[in-house]
Amino acid sequence: MNRFSRMLSLFVALLVLTATALIPAGWAAEQKTLILATTTSTQDSGLLDVLLPMFEKQAGYFVKTISVGSGQAMKMGERGEADVLLVHSPESEKAFVAQGFGINRKLVMHNDFLILGPAQDPAKIRGAKSAAEALKAIAKSGALFMSRGDNSGTHAKEKGLWKAAGINPEGQKWFQQTGLGMGETLSVAAEKQGYLLADRGTYLALNKKKRLGLEILVAGEPKLLNIYHVIEVNPAKWPKVNSAGAKAFSDFMVSKKAQDVIGGFGTKQFGSPLFFPDAGKKPESLGL
Amino acid sequence: MDLILEGVIKAFQLLISLDSEVLGIALLSLKVSGLATLFSLVIGISVGTLIALTSFPGKRILVSLVNTGMGLPPVVVGLFVSILLWRNGPMGFLELLYTPTAIVIAQTVIATPIVMGITVGAMQNLPANLRLQILALGATRTQLIWMLIKEARLPLMAGVMAGFGGVISEVGASIMVGGNVRGYTRVLTTATVMETGRGNFDIAIALSLILLLFCFVINYFLTYIQQRERPR
Repeated sequence: MNRFSRMLSLFVALLVLTATALIPAGWAAEQKTLILATTTSTQDSGLLDVLLPMFEKQAGYFVKTISVGSGQAMKMGERGEADVLLVHSPESEKAFVAQGFGINRKLVMHNDFLILGPAQDPAKIRGAKSAAEALKAIAKSGALFMSRGDNSGTHAKEKGLWKAAGINPEGQKWFQQTGLGMGETLSVAAEKQGYLLADRGTYLALNKKKRLGLEILVAGEPKLLNIYHVIEVNPAKWPKVNSAGAKAFSDFMVSKKAQDVIGGFGTKQFGSPLFFPDAGKKPESLGL
Repeated sequence: MDLILEGVIKAFQLLISLDSEVLGIALLSLKVSGLATLFSLVIGISVGTLIALTSFPGKRILVSLVNTGMGLPPVVVGLFVSILLWRNGPMGFLELLYTPTAIVIAQTVIATPIVMGITVGAMQNLPANLRLQILALGATRTQLIWMLIKEARLPLMAGVMAGFGGVISEVGASIMVGGNVRGYTRVLTTATVMETGRGNFDIAIALSLILLLFCFVINYFLTYIQQRERPR
């Protein structure tokens, strides 16, 4: 009869024990934290796993990386829910800064976007002169195109390219949106053998681990550059923003140490770098 | 098939080598979901017993609400808890968003209706005369409630398992209120989502297997307690 109560109290005691005994140092009162809102590509490529420990050690901040699309990252910044942003959606970034939500926008690095598709290339876009031409051919042939559809930097770029091609793909049968991150969308496109726009870093990283069966069909145009900026959230709008930490992170990202790491990241694993460091350069020098 | 096999091998490698990152993630999952289950038990069983043993106007609506809550989608909970905890939101002064505590809060909200709903059902299923009989034997009110809880232990244990199973396996709320911060709020489910996105399928499979293993061990333990005394 009492065995049940004994067992029950044993179970509760066990729960309490695991719960309390295992609480790590810094569960409640941790050191100065910094919320970094960034894109899925910087996390999925593994770059932040290398850079953040360096920054944390050097500056003594604990960085909480929230990896979302660039659009959502900027929304977090607008609401003062992030301290610093690392994003790649230049047009909306300019608006973000112009509206006073962000300060000190600095160029960090770039890589490029690729139009990928199945090897059979049903829309015959291989070697197309421009992204616009390729997208027109895809629309005309009605071959499946997978869009991120999540307001990320990649999605913003893709929308700009469709606009430049003079096509509104929304609602077309061949145009599907995943609403997912870059890695997931690449996997979906690989399974469905569709075309898509992807950043080179995530493509190389993922293709290495899983044979996607997607090939680079169009690349190399200045329009296809994928440019990352670091922006500090304006503390004048939101007093709770950790502005000192944001500044430290921003300075770190353009420091020689971080830039060297960015330039070397991925060379060993993928044979070519995933990102090109650009600190201090003018955007014009990239051919914009 | 190769992929699954590789994942299984990787899981054993990670477990045997006691990979500190994976171990940390696994322990955090256990801790966060264990705490949330504990809180939900305290709230769920006490309020559930109260609802079951009393009658009041609107009881049917309340019980329906609790039962609806048993299917509360974790993302919905995640969304509302994060809006509440935003640092410029109503409870922002607590500075809880993107902490393990935030995940405990969200998971408690998810598990409580499950435990409560099962408690109400279990208590109402007891023979109506049992109460009278226990009272007639001279039990105090506390003794009565304790006796009734003990009588209903089999379904109540099912409630514990359902509650724990519900929270250890949810990903929507954990990723929204926890943020999947490495070494801090990364739990087994959010890590699995991230590693899948990164194409590290072997690690993702390994994490899933660890999650399944946990669920099994804990449910085995609870079932053991539950089945120790066979129902008459």
